[in-house]
Amino acid sequence: MIVAGCDIGSLTAKAVIMENGNILADAVMRAKTRPSESAVEVMQMALEKAELTMDDIGYTVGTGYGREQIPFVDQVESEISCHAKGAWQTMPSVRMIIDIGGQDAKATRLDDNGNVARYIYNDKCASGTGRFLEVMAEALEVPLEKLGELAATSTEKLSISNQCVIFAETEVVSLVNEGKETADILNALHHSLAKRVSSLARSIDVDTDIVMTGGVAKNVGVFKALSEALGLPLKALNGVDPQIIGALGAAYYADEKTRETKD
Amino acid sequence: MSIVAGCDVGSLTSKAVIMKNRKIIGSHIIKSKPRPSDSANAVLEGALLSAGVTKEDIRYCIGTGYGREKIEFVDEVVSEIRCHGKGARWMLPTAGTVIDIGGQDCKTMKLDKDGNVSRFSANDKCASGTGRFLEVMAKVLNVDIEDLGKLSGKAKDPITLASTCTVWAQADVIKYINSGVPLEDIGAGINTAMASRVAILVNTVKPEGDIFMTGGVAKNIGVVETLEKLIGKRIKKTRKADPQIAGAIGAALLSLEKVNGS
Repeated sequence: MIVAGCDIGSLTAKAVIMENGNILADAVMRAKTRPSESAVEVMQMALEKAELTMDDIGYTVGTGYGREQIPFVDQVESEISCHAKGAWQTMPSVRMIIDIGGQDAKATRLDDNGNVARYIYNDKCASGTGRFLEVMAEALEVPLEKLGELAATSTEKLSISNQCVIFAETEVVSLVNEGKETADILNALHHSLAKRVSSLARSIDVDTDIVMTGGVAKNVGVFKALSEALGLPLKALNGVDPQIIGALGAAYYADEKTRETKD
Repeated sequence: MSIVAGCDVGSLTSKAVIMKNRKIIGSHIIKSKPRPSDSANAVLEGALLSAGVTKEDIRYCIGTGYGREKIEFVDEVVSEIRCHGKGARWMLPTAGTVIDIGGQDCKTMKLDKDGNVSRFSANDKCASGTGRFLEVMAKVLNVDIEDLGKLSGKAKDPITLASTCTVWAQADVIKYINSGVPLEDIGAGINTAMASRVAILVNTVKPEGDIFMTGGVAKNIGVVETLEKLIGKRIKKTRKADPQIAGAIGAALLSLEKVNGS
């Protein structure tokens, strides 16, 4: 049976279409104001790629910040569960998942059976979330998706002493006024974000085989800085786009559900 | 009779006070410039003008505040905590607890009988509960920061800001503006959020004696009245001087002690 997973985040919406555990198509788009609109549109995108229609989908699981507003889902699951399932199915050796979202950051530890053993998240403070990078990208007038590559060209080591997004932004403005290079400032910002996220992960004990999921995982600067801050190299997700892991996990939940009902 | 000065260069505003015989003969407040040394020169100039004296008349000058290390003309620098404690006691001799909200921090201090700081707590890590929070919100609302306080009194149905973080609260405020909520109701919610955060800090020092507030936020009636409710105590006011210049007054008083001591 063909199933789908739909992950509506605060910044992006993702959908995955799956048949018997194989990905048929996926789609990612910038979220609209209304989660329901994002869900319909991203699902259409994925269906078109798979050359299918909504009628072909036997079961859909929704997740993410806007999961309660998705009009067409049969079931909803938490982001923690979906990211865990998506990562585990992609790479069974994984024991820890770090997910930096647009408005939060989460660290999840898995047991040897892929079940969630512990998790922790920060959604109270913008520092250590995707918003931190968004604010800084705007302050430095660099497109969000270029941050990582630009940071990689840094030649001078700088440090940002403030964790608070508001205070760090002021610090960035002073560094710009002092004539510091954008690449060096960005590199320092990536390390600052990594420090914050790694202390979150450390609070539930860091385990080996760590992967990063979510859109921020595509930022090479964060990937590298977080590996350094954790003192452990992050693993790549076997060629699967880290941004669709939540939707993928939701699709696996849908897949399991249809197998259960068949049995 | 010696003329002395105190100069408080903060992150948002700079203040200078000229004193003679423990009386203020001139004072000035300006918005801080990018360079603390420029702020210091400009604000002292203003204070000298208002006192009708020249730089040569100043026997001793103490600098304080965030930019104190960059002031060129001072004889000595002293911490903000000490200056605010000293200034507050001069403004209100019965002051036992001082709340000072700066542009980038918030401090609460308890004073002993001699006006020295016996206990204090501060937040300079998070913009929430500092002057910056109000500055960000005033900008979003497109009102002058001085007018933000008055909105509380006009509010009919104040909003409640769910997030403490300035970044998240700013996003909430934008949503309220876009959905047509009256400015007064949003402003009142902002002042309450600010007061709630400060109240947590105040309660950690277990306030005693008369409570006095220094810094520019002391002039925000919305924050002050909500804070009074939250800590269950009145915040004393005085007409003796502008609470915003308390740090500079303290610096000037310490200058005077120096001159008299030597």
